[in-house]
Amino acid sequence: MTTTETAPIVPSFGESEPGRKLAIICSKGNLDMAYPGLILANAALGEGVETHLFFTFWGFEMINKNTMGHLKFTMLGNTATHMPQGLGGLPGMTAMATHQMRKAIAEIDVPEVPELLQQIADSGGHLWGCRMSADMQHLGLDDLYEEVEDIISASDFIEKTAGAQLLFI
Amino acid sequence: MPTTTIDGHRIQVDAEGFLTDPMEWTEDLAKVLAAQIGIELADEHWKAIRFVRQDFADQGETATLRRVSVVGEIPTKTLFALFPQKPAKKLAYVAGLPKPRGCV
Repeated sequence: MTTTETAPIVPSFGESEPGRKLAIICSKGNLDMAYPGLILANAALGEGVETHLFFTFWGFEMINKNTMGHLKFTMLGNTATHMPQGLGGLPGMTAMATHQMRKAIAEIDVPEVPELLQQIADSGGHLWGCRMSADMQHLGLDDLYEEVEDIISASDFIEKTAGAQLLFI
Repeated sequence: MPTTTIDGHRIQVDAEGFLTDPMEWTEDLAKVLAAQIGIELADEHWKAIRFVRQDFADQGETATLRRVSVVGEIPTKTLFALFPQKPAKKLAYVAGLPKPRGCV
């Protein structure tokens, strides 16, 4: 019997694509629109991808200490809830829809926004606040989540993320 | 399903190289698998490996990084230092488990 020495099968952990970079622009402040960017950022970091998040306009709510833990979800303007749109405008409906969504997210062990941001920062992700949004709302770095590295202009962000793949959410 | 021989250990693996039978795993094998991906196991690695092995036995699926940090009490930063770049997958590989299926 002849034996042939074959190379062992060992997973490739992506050493073949070093230097991959991802830039995510978070522009929405609704609870349901906060998660996609954060989940993708977390996933990218777990795959060894350098990841930068830029929080702008309503996305600023995600890093504003006063609002980041209280993002809301509304049925209004969202036909994917498959409920009559008129219901969404009734008093208390946004609070109820928000409560339901938070519960569904917690049930699958996905953390709340502040905790997920912390996890992203701990994984080496970079969080940036948008200069124009800060100026419009008269907010400074002290008003933002501690892990936000700085408030920077749009051009600074473009410069920092040269060569990156980009997601606008 | 392919079998492969790594440093004298004959194991069944999937197409990527992850063990398909967690029962074939031994602590000796873990050292061999870790060496294949450039990791030398220290006490802190073992803490993470033992947690995911036990958690897999209890839950039937591989712990996500978040679960290792929250339930296994090993901080995310430490996991990235121990298993650089792709901590969840590298940890699963060395522990002889499938890749985690959860998103977070």
